[in-house]
Amino acid sequence: MSAPITVQKTFVVPNKLGLHARPAALFVQALQRFRCKVLVAKADTEVNGKSLMGLMMLAAEHGSQLKVTLEGADAPQAMLEIEKLFVRKFDEA
Amino acid sequence: MIVIKGVPASPGIAMGKAYVLEDEEIVVNRVEIGKDKVRAEVKRFKQALEATYRDLDAAEAKVLKTLGKQHAKLIDTHRLILSDPLITKDVPRRILNEAVNAEFALSEALDHVNEAFEKIEDEFFRERRHDLFDVGKRLLSHLLKQEKRSLTDIETACILIARNLLPSDTVNLKDSKILGFATDLGGKTSHTAILAQGMQIPAVVGLSDASHRVKNGDFVILDGEHGMLIISPSPEAIAKYQKAQLKTQQEEKALDALRGQTAATLDGHRFDLCANLDTPDEIKTIVGLKTDGIGLFRTEYLFLNRLEAPTEEEQFRAYSQAVKAMNGLPTVIRTADIGGDRLAQLGIDGPKNETNPFMGLRGIRLFLRHSDLLKTQLRAILRSTQHGKVRVLLPMISSMAELRSARRIFFAAQQELLAEGVDTAKKVELGIMVEIPAAGLMLDHLLTEADFISIGTNDLIQYILAVDRINEHVAHLYDPFHPAVVRTLYSIVETAKKKGKRVTVCGEMTSDPKAAPLLVGMGVDVLSVTPRMFLRVKQIVMSLRFEHASKIVQRALSMSDSDEIQRLLTDI
Repeated sequence: MSAPITVQKTFVVPNKLGLHARPAALFVQALQRFRCKVLVAKADTEVNGKSLMGLMMLAAEHGSQLKVTLEGADAPQAMLEIEKLFVRKFDEA
Repeated sequence: MIVIKGVPASPGIAMGKAYVLEDEEIVVNRVEIGKDKVRAEVKRFKQALEATYRDLDAAEAKVLKTLGKQHAKLIDTHRLILSDPLITKDVPRRILNEAVNAEFALSEALDHVNEAFEKIEDEFFRERRHDLFDVGKRLLSHLLKQEKRSLTDIETACILIARNLLPSDTVNLKDSKILGFATDLGGKTSHTAILAQGMQIPAVVGLSDASHRVKNGDFVILDGEHGMLIISPSPEAIAKYQKAQLKTQQEEKALDALRGQTAATLDGHRFDLCANLDTPDEIKTIVGLKTDGIGLFRTEYLFLNRLEAPTEEEQFRAYSQAVKAMNGLPTVIRTADIGGDRLAQLGIDGPKNETNPFMGLRGIRLFLRHSDLLKTQLRAILRSTQHGKVRVLLPMISSMAELRSARRIFFAAQQELLAEGVDTAKKVELGIMVEIPAAGLMLDHLLTEADFISIGTNDLIQYILAVDRINEHVAHLYDPFHPAVVRTLYSIVETAKKKGKRVTVCGEMTSDPKAAPLLVGMGVDVLSVTPRMFLRVKQIVMSLRFEHASKIVQRALSMSDSDEIQRLLTDI
């Protein structure tokens, strides 16, 4: 077993409509193949980042800050995938 | 007469008998089960999950057929909800920890999520909990081995009134005789609203307790314009709404009558009115509108949400479908205007994290860098010319060098196809988008090598004014009637006319009723409009006098202020 790794990064929701169902689904799907634990926090609410409904509960609108914490051996790779999504603005305007 | 005020969700007026859908109350009791039975209970829950997955597969096929891709995506969301740890992990945990039945564990888990959602202020997000309930109810009905209600049995024309409509309720509604929807719950972005808009029938949502106050068979009026439900209306109210209904019908009839009429001003100035095509499902609509062609086929969709670039064959099929459907009328196909960030997804090396993608590697810049992508697309477009009239359009041209490089690849593709013995049209026009101010400023030179131009107003305006339309801090500065924009458009059109080349205007500005006299008055040859606005724009331009519109253009050119120009255009 490799040592557990924790990676943390804060993102700003880049797309106009915020983290609604479609982008949240992309987020969950991107993480499906990773084994690390995913926590996403907005202000003082923290949810499981592998849960679509959890992410929706954050009601993360355009411009809001999300702190993403990944724990596990494959956390760095998973973070790369998440970064891609935010850079691509979840393929939205 | 009772009037209940709600939220307008889809426009229109409907009158008729109410069909009240009884709210499906599933009563779930807490049953303690023995510690030795919890494993079996978890297994029963997993079986219900499997059965629900199968439901979704079946529903997906049906939705695809009746409502189209947009709605089928909803099923994908439901699959994700079904595999959400809040259901797959939380429910078994509750069964194991509390030694309770699966139904109770599930309803507790759902209640827990619901509580969190109810606190959300943003309606758009709060509404999404209904998707969860829908999936939850399906699951519960499998656990309880109950049949889920279906609305297929509605045979007569009626107004459907319900506490809430869930996507699974409405799968079969597309071909029903329902005149309108009224629901107690829901907001502007709810499933009911989207469905009603798609079916083009009125809907009012957020009517609080309407479903309890209306009885089956009551006569009701549904006013989708003002968001009202009127139960047992007075004769006066009925008369008033009948009049309004008649007026709307007449307006629609007037628009309808424009289909197929030659687009011309009152004083006989001719021009072509075409439609923009963004996705293939719009082809049928465009054919129905009897346009003068497809003025702009945006091919970006072919490159989105996928892991590799579309093949020549795939593109050829997509273009051929549109070209054949136009039956001899022109189709202007633009090579893809995608950004560098898309490349990584397609498995090609490209720039990441461009700080300003609008000024970055996109459109023709990207395709000249990866000329294989450009050549593949040009070959596919050229091959589609065997099915009809096709013109090719290059996006984001800003210099002679770019135009020449692209032309070289275009001719090389033509030569290749010739050598391969592929049947293509002999002469295919190659035009450029004028959307970068530089192209407008040196258009006389570009037109020595370009066969026609298409003005992309969205980008042109944003580059002239240095305004990013999706940046909320400056979006208000985006202004199609800014004197600098009006002058630039005028000079572009004049230059093209002098060179004897055709000018198309595409972009959102064409759909703005105020802009029509300006564009027509400048003498634009083709307007290409989004299908939804096509007939409205046609009605406006056909009510203009070209002579008058040209004078208005001259007056607008002398004005120093956008408000002044807009006043001039509104006063027509």
